Amino acid sequence: MSTSTVSSSSEVTVQHVHENNHAVRLRRDRRHGWSFMAPFLVFFGVFLVWPLIYGLYMSFTGKSLTGANSSFIGFDNYIEALGDADMWHSMGNTFYFTLISTVPLVLVALAMAALVNMGLPAQWLWRLSFFAPYLLASTVVSLFFVWMYNPQLGLINELLGKIGIPPIDWLNNPDVAMWSIVIATLWWTVGFNFLLYLAAMGNIPQAHFEAAQLDGAGGWRQFFSITLPQIKATTIMIVILQVLASLKIFDQVYQMTAGGPAGSTRTVVQYIFESGFTGYRLGYSAAISYIFFAIIVIVSISQFFLTRKRSS
Amino acid sequence: MTASTLTRTSTRNSGGHSAVVKRRKKRFQPSRFVATLIVAVLAITWLVPFAWATITALKSETEAAATPITLVPKSGFTFDAFAKVLQQGNIPQWTLNSLFTAAAITIITLAISTLAAYALSRIDFKGRKLMMTIIVASLIVPPPVLIIPLFYQMVSFHMIDTYWGIILPQVIAPAMVFVLKKFFDQIPRELEDAALVDGAGRIRIFWQVVLPLSRPILAAVAIFVFIGAWNNFLWPFIVTNESSMLTLPVGLQTIKSAYGIQYAQNMASALLAALPLIVVFLFFQRQIIKGISTTGLAGT
Repeated sequence: MSTSTVSSSSEVTVQHVHENNHAVRLRRDRRHGWSFMAPFLVFFGVFLVWPLIYGLYMSFTGKSLTGANSSFIGFDNYIEALGDADMWHSMGNTFYFTLISTVPLVLVALAMAALVNMGLPAQWLWRLSFFAPYLLASTVVSLFFVWMYNPQLGLINELLGKIGIPPIDWLNNPDVAMWSIVIATLWWTVGFNFLLYLAAMGNIPQAHFEAAQLDGAGGWRQFFSITLPQIKATTIMIVILQVLASLKIFDQVYQMTAGGPAGSTRTVVQYIFESGFTGYRLGYSAAISYIFFAIIVIVSISQFFLTRKRSS
Repeated sequence: MTASTLTRTSTRNSGGHSAVVKRRKKRFQPSRFVATLIVAVLAITWLVPFAWATITALKSETEAAATPITLVPKSGFTFDAFAKVLQQGNIPQWTLNSLFTAAAITIITLAISTLAAYALSRIDFKGRKLMMTIIVASLIVPPPVLIIPLFYQMVSFHMIDTYWGIILPQVIAPAMVFVLKKFFDQIPRELEDAALVDGAGRIRIFWQVVLPLSRPILAAVAIFVFIGAWNNFLWPFIVTNESSMLTLPVGLQTIKSAYGIQYAQNMASALLAALPLIVVFLFFQRQIIKGISTTGLAGT
């Protein structure tokens, strides 16, 4: 429209039209802004903001799945939860899992990427092998590992027996069960961190290595003096994401041990699930959800400040 | 993208550097050999669960549960377990459910997220900064925190055991909005300004200028969302009960309790459930790896 006006009018009108156009466009743009946002905002409001608010409200009520007693009871749920040994036990298990899973999930991924990045032949093969498990649903992983962990018929005990190690009751021994879950988790998701590391390493300018090479730095030296510092930002991100992902663990544990033996692997998400859907206590379960949420927020904020301090 | 090494890059620019290259190549040969060996052992270890599941699935039930364990069954391999699982179970139905819900989640997520990301990146509307803050802040909300109120909400929407019940709560992906916005920020404004001067509206610019330029990032986001939706367990597990409405991951969980100690059938089911994404991965390996590498850091 404006082009035709331009060609047929005098200078003054052109400018006027342009200004007008600009104002109209800006106004229309503002409207457009919200209409572009609208579809997302509807879903965001209905399926995220509202449940977040409603959940908080529920946590102050005695709401249950059976519908009885949905009255407002103040902080009773929170007080009960803070004195609930099972809640603390599941919280402790969650933190224990996060601690013992994050370390190998970061270090093994780093080692894999560093090795593959040395210019090995058949790149696609290594990527395929390490990343393929990530494409599996948690239930598939659990089926695989429950079978391999089988005390009598499992492949792992069979192989250990060949080198003289007595059979281990992988999933029924409270001292071992969480480690068994860590091994399965490592197999399942390490490929994701591996890919992130590999991408980061591929982005390091080759000139750095060439210069180091001329200065006579060996492979290890190059890894510690160039590769590691260059991928520091990636490492920080991977650790943050891994900690947050590990804190939310539920699937594998629920499927492989159902939280047993004797609650030794029950995580906090499972406790939320069980108090809500097995115990029918939605209000109580919502209260534990919010305690968990508060912990996630604290962890996220402290990670944010820790990394900011370190990088400045 | 391919992880290039000194050796490989330097061979490309031969000439003046060749002396250095040759020296380096010789000196690094043994370490590369050792690295290949270690990686090969690791890769084989990583393939063991797949291999063992396949061997078990190809045995008869009696052979699968027999001691001592055999690598090649005495009675030979058989497809019985696969046949039984496909005939009796709901696996074909669950696969369809998974396909449909994951595809719908991917399409809706892409549609609403690109629109929102475009507005946040390009349109100077009132409240844009606030919107951005809210979306980034929402990244911190862990999905498990929402399951109790969301379940209650689904009950009142009469969406328990429906496709919509599975799909709708899974389409909000603030991280993906963030990734897309960052990509749109990099598209030169001149391209759009030219179209604006030509009188094109925002919607047309979005369709004809921005989206075609964004194909790689759209593919990356789609892949990321699809894999996540296909494999999601917790939410479909909560919102579905009826066997015909389950997704594959949830269905498998019920198989485990129903079949009990039928190991060959358990493994056959697991492999059938794993197959679709593995096949997709084999075909689109490069795109998937690139997609994960570009969107992965934004979080899930």
